[in-house]
Amino acid sequence: MSEEKGFGRFSRRKLLKGIAGVPIVGAAWWAGASDTVRKRKEREAILETLNIQASAPPATGPMSGDPIRVGVIGFGGRGEHLCRSLGFATKEWLSKMNENTRNNPVNSELKTFLEQESLNVQLTAVCDVFEVNAQKALKSFNTDSNTIKRFHTHQEMIASGEVDAIIIATPDHWHAPMSIDALKAGIHVYVEKPMTHNIAETYALRDAALESKAVFALGHQHRQTQSFLTAQNVIDQNILGHVSLIQANTNRNDDNGAWQYDIHKEANPDTIDWNLFIGNAPKVPFNKEHFFRWRKWWSYGSGLSGDLMTHDYDRINCVLNMGIPASVMSSGGVYTHNDGRNVPDVMHINMEFPDFSTGSTQKPGKEKGMTLVYSATLGNQFNRSTLLMGHDATMDLSNKLVIYADEQSTRYKELIEENRIDPAIPIYQYDPAISGVDGISSATSKYFADKGLLWTYRDGKRVDSTLLHLREWLNVIRNGGKLSCGIQEGFEEAITAHMGGLSYKLGRRIDWDAEKQEIVPIEGYDLDEVLLSNVERVV
Amino acid sequence: MNYGLSKKHIRALILLRMLVGWHFLYEGVIKLYNPAWTSKTYLLSASGPFKGFFQWLAEDRIISIIDFLNVFGLMAVGLALVLGLWERLGAVGGIVLLLFYYLAQPPFPGIDQTGAEGNYFLVNKNLIEAAALFVLYYLPTGYYVGLARLFHKNEEHQKPLNQSP
Repeated sequence: MSEEKGFGRFSRRKLLKGIAGVPIVGAAWWAGASDTVRKRKEREAILETLNIQASAPPATGPMSGDPIRVGVIGFGGRGEHLCRSLGFATKEWLSKMNENTRNNPVNSELKTFLEQESLNVQLTAVCDVFEVNAQKALKSFNTDSNTIKRFHTHQEMIASGEVDAIIIATPDHWHAPMSIDALKAGIHVYVEKPMTHNIAETYALRDAALESKAVFALGHQHRQTQSFLTAQNVIDQNILGHVSLIQANTNRNDDNGAWQYDIHKEANPDTIDWNLFIGNAPKVPFNKEHFFRWRKWWSYGSGLSGDLMTHDYDRINCVLNMGIPASVMSSGGVYTHNDGRNVPDVMHINMEFPDFSTGSTQKPGKEKGMTLVYSATLGNQFNRSTLLMGHDATMDLSNKLVIYADEQSTRYKELIEENRIDPAIPIYQYDPAISGVDGISSATSKYFADKGLLWTYRDGKRVDSTLLHLREWLNVIRNGGKLSCGIQEGFEEAITAHMGGLSYKLGRRIDWDAEKQEIVPIEGYDLDEVLLSNVERVV
Repeated sequence: MNYGLSKKHIRALILLRMLVGWHFLYEGVIKLYNPAWTSKTYLLSASGPFKGFFQWLAEDRIISIIDFLNVFGLMAVGLALVLGLWERLGAVGGIVLLLFYYLAQPPFPGIDQTGAEGNYFLVNKNLIEAAALFVLYYLPTGYYVGLARLFHKNEEHQKPLNQSP
């Protein structure tokens, strides 16, 4: 072949060698594009079949108008966090965060706080039985733009005319008495979970909230998690089929997680108003450990059933709206922290919903009923997912949603046989932190999905869910509307928690009478006495 | 421009260039055609001494730029190597990208290698591919097979190899 024969100024050989890469580019491009487009189409086809509407909770209204005057009762760890979400950080916290940022410039806690939305409130009052905590609030929040006063009791704060709303972050045995007093005085209430410490006050608080014009909110900030509306849609579309079992868990393995909080060096009978702390709890002599580690005793706290199961119960109730279980059976013991506590540190609460169904894809009448198993240990922190297990699919519920088809599913039988669905790979994944929706994801995606995230998301931005929850409460106070976690949700949460505690202490099944709206009485026992008795078990 | 290499050496280098180029191009095209793709999860799972930097890159206001630069970078490097044009620039770009991937999840002692598809200590495939690009940087072959052949006026390199000095 002659070198001179060619195209224009290039010889044929030169031209061929020059453009040799072009067909290779074409091949790589075609292979990559066709493969990706094919997978995308398959993914879109499955998403179309599932038709899940991924959506965030609607935004709450404007925070305009006069500032709402808020008082905080209980300025411990949780009280401080709630105040930060309102826009008020202590000097101590700010200087600690400054130091953290200096040591690690990537640490964004301070930046996130400084950039968070203003909720247009004034922090006008504080109540704390521990002098050090109260002084910390006074020193930090008396500024040019804010004046805060200390009140000795919650009654004085409520009657002062200085507050429109209060936040209660005290030990559990004070939640209901303070909430009821405030609601009767027309003061709005945001109370931490569990809503109440015993059965009688659960009814009393419900009556007070229903009779009051003030807005009552329970502090389950999980309600703000972006993925929950999407999870509700998954249930509405019957994607999972009949859910017969839900598992939700607590796994902790450190002192803080086991409520072994630090005892402050300045704590003594002069700096702590012991009688005020005790309130309606059994009278005992001054005891620093009881004061700082109150969650370890039934007298002041509610153990795993009230303290932590309530989070998981409410997360599921938020998606399924299944209400109070027909019966509850608990077991466990003090197995990991035998340190004088009388609330269990390993606990399993089986909640039965025999008449509840999320839907069915099989013969009518074949499927009905569901168990919610809450299982907790304070001696191991292996992450066990929250799983909603249906005949057709399993949903892993966290900030993300991941759904796997079940190999024996009726609904997806054909798709599985055609190899269009692989039960080992998620059929649906919703991660509000990334790009919204992904159909079939890779093994790597699964690996990332397994990692939990601490925040929730709005428009792809991470936001403190406590701030969103407080914002929702302030929005209803300002603009009206409905709360995601108000008195009805709180009633269901509290009764369920108390059933769990009672079952543990009595070593027997506790039933709920839905008609009478009461826990079925047990002969020979006053259930509230059982619940409040400061012993690990009654039977 | 033939570095005293034989025809076999040049062919071997061209093969290496094409393979590395294909890899870059294919990775870029896959991402280009997948609108759901983002490097965010990869960056968030960064480990090792530069973890903080890579997690900063995953922030909302930066991530779209990072994603664009990554896809554009991968394709540009791939095209340069396969087509044989500006391949030295492509090699440098490829080395930069690979070192980023290497440092985001470095196979250093004491750093969790969960998710890696093999066993690595200090050296992994990213580093080896970067080394291959290092070779290609010093031994460009676009003048033999590639668009550089068409656009280069100096014909000396096109002489038969056995005539080289």
